[in-house]
Amino acid sequence: MSASLSRRSLLAGASASLIAAPAVAQGTAHIVVIGGGFGGSSVARSLKQLAPNIRVTMVEPNRVFTACPFSNEVIAGLRDLPAQQFTYDGVARSGVEIDFTHASAIDAAAKRVTLADGTVLTYDRLVLSPGIDIRWGALRGYDEAASARMPHAWKAGEQTMLLRRQLEAMEDGGLVVMSAPDNPFRCPPGPYERASLIAWYLKTKKPKSKLILLDAKDNFSKQRLFQQAWSQLFPNLEWIGLSKGGKVSSVDANTLSVTTDFETYKAQVVNIIPPQRAGLIAEAAGVSDRSGWCPIDPVTFESRLQPNIHVIGDAAVAGAMPKSAFAANAQAKVCAAAIVALLHNRTPQEPRLINTCYSIVMPDYGISVAGVYKPGKGLLMDIEGAGGTSPLQAPDSTRKMEADLALGWYNTITREVFG
Amino acid sequence: MKSGGHMAAALSRPGIVMRSAIGLLLLCVSASGAGAAEMPPGASSCTGCHAASPTVDTPAPRLVGLSAASIEDAMSAWRSGSRPATVMDRIAKGFSDAEIKAIAAWYEAQGAK
Ligand SMILES: Cc1cc2nc3c(=O)[nH]c(=O)nc-3n(C[C@H](O)[C@H](O)[C@H](O)COP(=O)(O)OP(=O)(O)OC[C@H]3O[C@@H](n4cnc5c(N)ncnc54)[C@H](O)[C@@H]3O)c2cc1C
Repeated sequence: MSASLSRRSLLAGASASLIAAPAVAQGTAHIVVIGGGFGGSSVARSLKQLAPNIRVTMVEPNRVFTACPFSNEVIAGLRDLPAQQFTYDGVARSGVEIDFTHASAIDAAAKRVTLADGTVLTYDRLVLSPGIDIRWGALRGYDEAASARMPHAWKAGEQTMLLRRQLEAMEDGGLVVMSAPDNPFRCPPGPYERASLIAWYLKTKKPKSKLILLDAKDNFSKQRLFQQAWSQLFPNLEWIGLSKGGKVSSVDANTLSVTTDFETYKAQVVNIIPPQRAGLIAEAAGVSDRSGWCPIDPVTFESRLQPNIHVIGDAAVAGAMPKSAFAANAQAKVCAAAIVALLHNRTPQEPRLINTCYSIVMPDYGISVAGVYKPGKGLLMDIEGAGGTSPLQAPDSTRKMEADLALGWYNTITREVFG
Repeated sequence: MKSGGHMAAALSRPGIVMRSAIGLLLLCVSASGAGAAEMPPGASSCTGCHAASPTVDTPAPRLVGLSAASIEDAMSAWRSGSRPATVMDRIAKGFSDAEIKAIAAWYEAQGAK
């Protein structure tokens, strides 16, 4: 579409040599995308859709993507892992070239990416959507080895199944301890959805068991809705916030113990949701700051620290937008349109973005938080008066509707991104 | 469309923009260019829930195929609270009349293709 139009534009009398030559018009523009998750696959496909003549190369080490949304249902035995998994056939069919390896170095000045297999890619613009990496060691005692005994399950796959197997193997009467980190982290309502579903699993399968959720904060996403549901449904779940001593100071994987300033909990199953940061490649690219996350321009998602590198999804500092798959996908589409505009020497339009995050409390019980965002103060800001959570008072039919919409959302977004 | 830092004036033919600062006539993809319209702000987020494909299993309706009038009516009613909703009332409140109109027209045009 834009290819033929821009070529026409050159034929229409304007002298190409006098224009700051739009790379795309010459058919040479090469966009490299690092990460084939919700953000990366979305931006790669969206670029090909908006401007089929752009060359797009996506770099992703895994041949099968395992989605996090609905992985809490897998942990609770409500769903199996294959329902979370997608190949990249659909992305490849869109004309995206895929290198199945990981990017190991980025030279922003030379616009070059080096891959683990030694390949060097040069780009006109680079998009990073590497998701998160765990800050190993930020929580004393919680390193990669510890996660084999105390799974985080915050990247879906083997970790998800490990936590599920541990819950299944636990004797009735056991204690499960979870810990949630301070902000910011991937999927703000995720720990509370998980706690709900584990409490539901225990209530139905191991009724003498108990779940304690230790939290490094006093406030969290959809808090009143979750707490209302817990008090009505899950007497087996105890949430301990920061001011009640919920901040975990260290863990011991050998004894499965979790220590706060006040107490040491010895559990049968421990799920640590640890402190996080942008995927490590962001640091190699020089686009993450001291916070570990990547500041961006809210119109183009271009890094504030390096030109020609865009950052979307969990890795980005997106202001009021949460780190969600919905947001990563919405940002990807805005970023793709901005890149196409920039390649045509057009000014990218000021975007509006939406996010909706559903959480499942138990089967047929869904709640949501939504927001609409626009650029402002150099960030993405909430549009006032819009957004918010599901009503506190609602009939069962509304909760059921939101559970159905949640699954509908998952089916829709995974089809758009990977189908 | 906006044209970076230059004074842009739409000429009679859609899709023509004059960049006076460099004194050149350029044709580019214009928001008003027939069939080449850029997606209006906000529209690309909708497909997170409203599937482009008719074969996706979801209670959320497809937007492609709906008339602009029906999308506009629904959004206005959700915004004012006169029509009950689970989520769309919260989202509709984030958009102005003009933004809703543009999004509705864009989805109607997709259906006409
Ligand atoms: C339990 C849980 C539940 C969730 N539920 C929801 C939900 O209901 N709704 C919702 O919207 N969101 C949900 N999320 C959040 C969602 O999963 C993330 O926000 C989303 O995946 C972010 O997309 P991304 O593209 O930033 O990262 P990802 O989707 O994680 O993709 C990153 C990709 O980059 C690749 N990568 C990393 N480094 C490199 C490198 N150096 N080279 C090449 N490739 C690299 C990785 O292999 C990965 O495939 C949930 C998360 C969790 C943990």
